[in-house]
Amino acid sequence: MFRFAPAATILLVLGPVAAGLAGTVLPAFGYLPALGGTALSLDPWRVLAGTPGLDRSVAVALIVGLSTTALSLAVVLAISAASYGTVAFAFARRTLSPLLAVPHVAVALGLAFVMAPSGLAFRIFATFTGWPDRPPDLLIVNDPWGLSLCAGLSLKEIPFLFLMLLAALPQTDADRSLAVARSLGYGRVAAWLKVVVPRLYPQMRLPVLAVLAYSVSAVDVALVLGPTTPPLLAVRIVQWMSDPDLALRFVAAAGAVLQAVLVVVALAAWRLGELALSYLARDWLIGGTRRAGDAAIRGFAAVTGAAMLVVLPLAAYSLVAWSFADFWTYPQAAPAAWTLRNWTGEGARVGHLLANSLLVALLASALSLVLAVGWLENDVRRGREYAGSAALWIVYVPLVAPQIAYLPGIQILLVRAALDETLAAVVLVHVVYVLPYVFLSLSDPWRTFDARYRLAAAGLGASPDRFLFRIRLPMLLRALLTAFALGVAVSIGQYVATALVAGAHWPTITTEAIALSAGGNRRIVAIYALLQSAIPFVGFFLALAIPAIVFRNRRALRGAG
Amino acid sequence: MTGTLRLDGIRIRIAGRELLSLSATIGPGEVLTVMGPSGSGKSTLLAFIAGTLGPPFEAQGSVVLGTRTLDRSPPERRRIGILFQDDLLFPHLSVGGNLAFAIPPDIRERAERRARVEAALTEAGLEGFSDRDPATLSGGQRARVSALRVILSQPEALLLDEPFSKLDAALRDQFRNFVFGEVRRNRLPTVLVTHDPADAAAAGGQLVAIARA
Repeated sequence: MFRFAPAATILLVLGPVAAGLAGTVLPAFGYLPALGGTALSLDPWRVLAGTPGLDRSVAVALIVGLSTTALSLAVVLAISAASYGTVAFAFARRTLSPLLAVPHVAVALGLAFVMAPSGLAFRIFATFTGWPDRPPDLLIVNDPWGLSLCAGLSLKEIPFLFLMLLAALPQTDADRSLAVARSLGYGRVAAWLKVVVPRLYPQMRLPVLAVLAYSVSAVDVALVLGPTTPPLLAVRIVQWMSDPDLALRFVAAAGAVLQAVLVVVALAAWRLGELALSYLARDWLIGGTRRAGDAAIRGFAAVTGAAMLVVLPLAAYSLVAWSFADFWTYPQAAPAAWTLRNWTGEGARVGHLLANSLLVALLASALSLVLAVGWLENDVRRGREYAGSAALWIVYVPLVAPQIAYLPGIQILLVRAALDETLAAVVLVHVVYVLPYVFLSLSDPWRTFDARYRLAAAGLGASPDRFLFRIRLPMLLRALLTAFALGVAVSIGQYVATALVAGAHWPTITTEAIALSAGGNRRIVAIYALLQSAIPFVGFFLALAIPAIVFRNRRALRGAG
Repeated sequence: MTGTLRLDGIRIRIAGRELLSLSATIGPGEVLTVMGPSGSGKSTLLAFIAGTLGPPFEAQGSVVLGTRTLDRSPPERRRIGILFQDDLLFPHLSVGGNLAFAIPPDIRERAERRARVEAALTEAGLEGFSDRDPATLSGGQRARVSALRVILSQPEALLLDEPFSKLDAALRDQFRNFVFGEVRRNRLPTVLVTHDPADAAAAGGQLVAIARA
């Protein structure tokens, strides 16, 4: 039974991606019999090329993607360079990881609430200075160059990259390397940059590339914060896909292929940047300078760190305040009157959406967890202690390949099979994104599990199944629940996958939050953003609480990891 | 009803290089001590006997226990218990749970299983420890529980992978006597690997030295 787990996993993860790509590429060249496209042609490309503002949709997407990735990486490296080994680093470690649980959309909505002309930032400023006395006529959110989009994406990617850095650190021997470098007279920042980063970065490269691919093609955050005239390419693809004019499906398919090319271009540009930097750094690394712009880098770390410390609480406050706001005029920084009516008024609809979101999330995470356990256990039984790097590459494919490039193809195929808008289709599409995270989260605890337990249990006459179910899985309860909670968080955050496959049939908290965000009713939008964030938090809380209760009398399993 | 453990022409290689070769016959209650520095393949030998040796090792030779040739048996059917340097008590089970896990399934009755756990604990001077969390025990107590666990699984042979090396000197003698006492009482053919000559002396059986490969 375990023998089939790797094959099933590959099929469920790569199958939809491959089928989706095929289902995208063929219509992009005019072939889609269901819609009357029976001959290959370049017409979709002609229409796409003739779309007004396409060059801008493409260029801004590229700029936003590259600058978000560069900014997030720079902030993470600067903060660790300036603070590693200090209280500030421990503080960053504690505060940034919960942020990881908050879905992209909720962060974007919170940021919009703070930065908008009538948002909290201007209100606070106006409260103290009396100016401006009315919301200024500025395009801050949805600005044409994607600056607010870049800020919103970075707020989410910084915690992610920081966590990846923490995971990579133990393999870099950072403490001893730093001690040696500093004893040779290198400053804190210079030592970090010269002896830690060169070993750290290769370990972080895959997550960095995933951030890049995601930022170039993000739809959900771009719908909230991104440019609107014209929107980014990825957003336009979704609009074409949902247009009643079915002929636009061909244009959408061509756009999706272009989006895939765009991601490849961005990855290539990043690689060139890497090569250029490492070439430039060669002499600098061994040139003996003991300081490396220490003040500037510390300043950058302090400013960006402080900005996050200010913006994030303000965003959280905005969401909570608006969801309970009765009467709230500019420039007051708090509602004049509070009410529960916003919440009670949404009650019935919320219940339905919550049920949909949870049903999909629980099914997708459960299936992913079973497959991940099956794969890892199969490796153990085949005498491989850990899934090889091949497995890792396979699960990384959906993280780096842009969703928007192959989801149109999946949708087209599902429509043809009359399977679109079914629960099974939504769950299976979610599994494509949930499984990689579940697998990555579980594989480390699985790999570090002391192999001798298995030998000891075999010596006691326990069969492999008995060992798995009675010893290994219970001992890994916390890791299993954490992986499961991560799966739920990933599933809850999915917008494009849900919107394109589920259509109007399985609306979730997330699709509803995005749909409402255009309407501008802050009270209702805030409710959905808060609910969307609450689910992952409840999940991670349970992942901590359940083992703590189950193992309340088991010291060795209570504190660890 | 234990028999003799026979190791027949065992040769273990890695990447074509021979790690060790060994033949021995160990009678009931006797101990074969294999001595060698770390990295000499002592634990590899035990893994082969236990049936858990996999790639990249290549092994040939035969393990015969009593009348059973074990070469094709999976580890859990061999009835060969093993004690490691660390106690490897399962942290999610109580002390009694760890012991009950080892009792063969053909002893079905719950009361009988519990009685065996209690009897074993009493015999080892650990009366009333059944419901304790293993993490709250001292190192010496944990070592004894882990030995009891192996004995309760009713093995027909025993492998000892430096089980005394992590205990401090006073405990080490005590625990060594405890383990060898159980070996003789249960008439278990036993293979001990160690780099401590005192272990070999206490075991008092055949001695094989292997060199660094």
